[in-house]
Amino acid sequence: MKFAVIVFPGSNCDRDMYYAAKDALGEDADLVWYQDTDLTSYDAILIPGGFSYGDYLRCGAIASTSEMVQSLHREAEKGTPILGVCNGFQILLEAGLLPGALLRNKDLKFICHHENLVVQNNRTIFTSEYAQGQVISIPIAHGEGNYFCDDETLNQLKANNQIVFTYQNNPNGSVADIAGIINQQGNVLGMMPHPERATEGILGSEDGLQLFKSLLANWRDSYVTNA
Amino acid sequence: MLQTLEISPELIEAEKHYREMGLTDEEYQSIVRILGRRPNFTETGIFSVMWSEHCSYKTSKPLLRKFPTKGPHVLQGPGEGAGIVDIGDGQAVAFKIESHNHPSAVEPYQGAATGVGGIIRDIFSMGARPIAVLNSLRFGQLTTGRVKYLFEEVVHGIAGYGNCVGVPTVGGEVQFDDCYEGNPLVNAMCVGLIDHKDIQQGIAAGLGNTVLYVGSKTGRDGIHGATFASEDLTEDSESKRSNVQVGDPFMEKLLIEACLEAIQSDALVGIQDMGAAGLTSSASEMASKAGMGLELNLDLIPQREANMSAYEMMLSESQERMLLVVTKGREQEIIDIFEKYSLEAVAVGKVTADKQFRLQHQGKVVCDIPVDTLAEDAPVYHKPAKVPEYYQAFQAMPAYLPAVDNHQQVLEQLLAQPTIASKEYVYDQYDSMVQANTAVAPGSDAAVIRIRDYDKAIAITTDCNARYIYLDPRTGGQIAVAEAARNIVSSGAKPLALTDGLNFGNPDKPENFWQMEQSVEGMAEASLALNTPVISGNVSLYNESNGQAIFPTPIVGMVGLHESTQHITTSSFKQPGDLIIVIGETKPEFGGSELQNLLEGKYFGHAPTLDLEIEAKRQSQLLKAIQAGLIQSAHDISEGGLAVALSESLFNPSGLGAKIELNGDPTTALFSETQSRFVVSIKETDLADFVNLVDDTEVIGLVTDAAKLVVTVDQKLIIDSEIAQLEQKWKGAIPCLLKSKA
Repeated sequence: MKFAVIVFPGSNCDRDMYYAAKDALGEDADLVWYQDTDLTSYDAILIPGGFSYGDYLRCGAIASTSEMVQSLHREAEKGTPILGVCNGFQILLEAGLLPGALLRNKDLKFICHHENLVVQNNRTIFTSEYAQGQVISIPIAHGEGNYFCDDETLNQLKANNQIVFTYQNNPNGSVADIAGIINQQGNVLGMMPHPERATEGILGSEDGLQLFKSLLANWRDSYVTNA
Repeated sequence: MLQTLEISPELIEAEKHYREMGLTDEEYQSIVRILGRRPNFTETGIFSVMWSEHCSYKTSKPLLRKFPTKGPHVLQGPGEGAGIVDIGDGQAVAFKIESHNHPSAVEPYQGAATGVGGIIRDIFSMGARPIAVLNSLRFGQLTTGRVKYLFEEVVHGIAGYGNCVGVPTVGGEVQFDDCYEGNPLVNAMCVGLIDHKDIQQGIAAGLGNTVLYVGSKTGRDGIHGATFASEDLTEDSESKRSNVQVGDPFMEKLLIEACLEAIQSDALVGIQDMGAAGLTSSASEMASKAGMGLELNLDLIPQREANMSAYEMMLSESQERMLLVVTKGREQEIIDIFEKYSLEAVAVGKVTADKQFRLQHQGKVVCDIPVDTLAEDAPVYHKPAKVPEYYQAFQAMPAYLPAVDNHQQVLEQLLAQPTIASKEYVYDQYDSMVQANTAVAPGSDAAVIRIRDYDKAIAITTDCNARYIYLDPRTGGQIAVAEAARNIVSSGAKPLALTDGLNFGNPDKPENFWQMEQSVEGMAEASLALNTPVISGNVSLYNESNGQAIFPTPIVGMVGLHESTQHITTSSFKQPGDLIIVIGETKPEFGGSELQNLLEGKYFGHAPTLDLEIEAKRQSQLLKAIQAGLIQSAHDISEGGLAVALSESLFNPSGLGAKIELNGDPTTALFSETQSRFVVSIKETDLADFVNLVDDTEVIGLVTDAAKLVVTVDQKLIIDSEIAQLEQKWKGAIPCLLKSKA
């Protein structure tokens, strides 16, 4: 399986994501500079955290106007799995690939520590290796992770089972404790917590590794089916 | 306000305008002698910043020579952007600490942010990828609105910069004492990882080679920042807000990536950060180190504002700028790398053979100075030292022996003292995990960063108990180094080397200079005894506000090596049934202690004693025991004594407790700050092996599965506390102080 890790100017979790795919999972991965917009040879696309364009204007806003985002739209339509973490999630929202917005944390401070998440939907290509309702420990590190959407959108997210992760103890004020959501087609996941920082015991948690293993397992299945 | 009008050389001399730039009459006269003429306005400014304490170390140089700086593992000692030590496998770590005290006193957010930015640039200008930042902070008491503002904004500034730039902020320390009220200390340390083959130097070698300016444009911010840093803070200092630089961490992130890519090219000859004194210091130091001269055309400097004068450009401390020297004819290769990151890279000058520092602006030569006179011929002062009266009075005092009735209550109060209390409020705002290498996050004795692809890790800490140094600078200086090494050893690593962040008051006062001299001697002695050479550092003097000096605060930043990640040890007790052991004898030593602060509200008497031979032996024995796999947890005993150390080993989600049996005077047993002690836990079955390796040990109790701390002294119950209750005092103290009305 071959992963693309998209690097925007100001991305800073790009290497972490790359190592998660390459070392912890043991698959192929490339760091792809945002100007190299041909993503057709990749089986999955990872949009890492950081401060693309220094968070100027709004988190993710400037990156969402790049040509790379046009490529992401094309890949999303094709069904390629796309995972956006932290700033990657912010970019997916700004790009309209996922609904809603991220506001400043409720206490207006950046927060960084491990949080317990609840797996609300394990019937996705990103979470099939988790048990439904499993509690996992994943680090968060953000100043603008307070997920917000209107009631109509929230009802849709609930009705379609698009809420994939929630916080056990909401740290940032997110609506309905939302930590991660998926699109209706089920191939674009955005989340504030960092699964790539929880892929080895020495880092304090391995709970993020199953997310990558889920992607791999589902890719193998689809490969076998399509072959 | 400084005049930025170009005053004529004659007027500069006649009206002594050089004094406004921080030069003395004698210094001005020696400049006239060097040049054989009066310096013009730009030249006067250039000399004044290069000869400021901040750039020239003119007062501290004679003291810094006392530090041991060499060792078989030292690849780069003091003199470059950062020192470098070998960590095996062709790898090394570069590190340095730097102060940003005065900017942070008047503009705390930007002062702290640009402090972080500056030290990170020092590291990647050596060719190293920055892998960790630590901060050592000092403030007044969190009881006034001003101090709360400084504290919150400094933390916010560090977070704002460090989080964006993608280097984890993994540790440090924060302490609170009255003496820092008007003059907080903000010292930032950065550590970088580098392969030996990539080590760079800031040299402008090769006649005719091209000088490239890269990064942000030059603006009018930070003009004379180095001079501002070299005088006392007064009520007028508020007017120096415009001397504080403004940082852009996004630009810094791009610069890191571009520079690390550029150092892989053999077209790059030298690289240096434009830090204090900006273009002036980087350009002149690079030329001076190479034994060459340098010529710059200031018309080519990228400028943020219109009509900047030569003086403004040369003295600006605009952030996120680097100076590169590139092989002539191969400029485009390097420019292309910077263009990939949308960064400006402009040829602005060339290396010359005549050893002159020559600047052209609008068709005129505006500066022509023998370059060595700026960097190497700066004046050196041997200031007079005088033993302060307070010190003599303290030495004559009998030992301070505090009276405590309710030890449980005092423990709770100690845990809520801001210097001891949990700093979670601070480090929760820092991204401590980016880069996915943080094995031990903030909150333990030392932060631990694993080295990817190898079975090894590095431990990093900063430490300085300024109270001891105030009471007894020599012993206190020794303790600062010893305690930093204790933190490193507790984490399971072998101490390698240190960087010193020397923060003192006005050295023109002989009592202050004596404190400097004595504490540097003490640090040098301990560095030698513990085999931790001083490989880089920073001096910040004139830390006074309205005539009152800070406690002498020479901060020690230390790095150690874990030879295997198996050796990584934390301070938390691990499982019930483990034996709790104190290593080292406890004496009634309370001078400068947290208990003295709590009971008396001031510090007096004798600092704790230190025997460097015992210290070195104990550290090496404990490290051997850790490497032999005998240690479950290790923690050094510092502020607040054993009771606080035990509590800290229990403040974690494990739900464990401890049952402790002590003897003798309960106040001494629980709260003394006797040095060279550790509290460790081991498996009961390992006791025989442990005492074979480690001397001076005493089993004092057991880890239990009830979340309580129970302490008896001579069979009498002294403390019986729920861990949750102690932890609440410890965790709640700082948030509570911040919320309370000033």
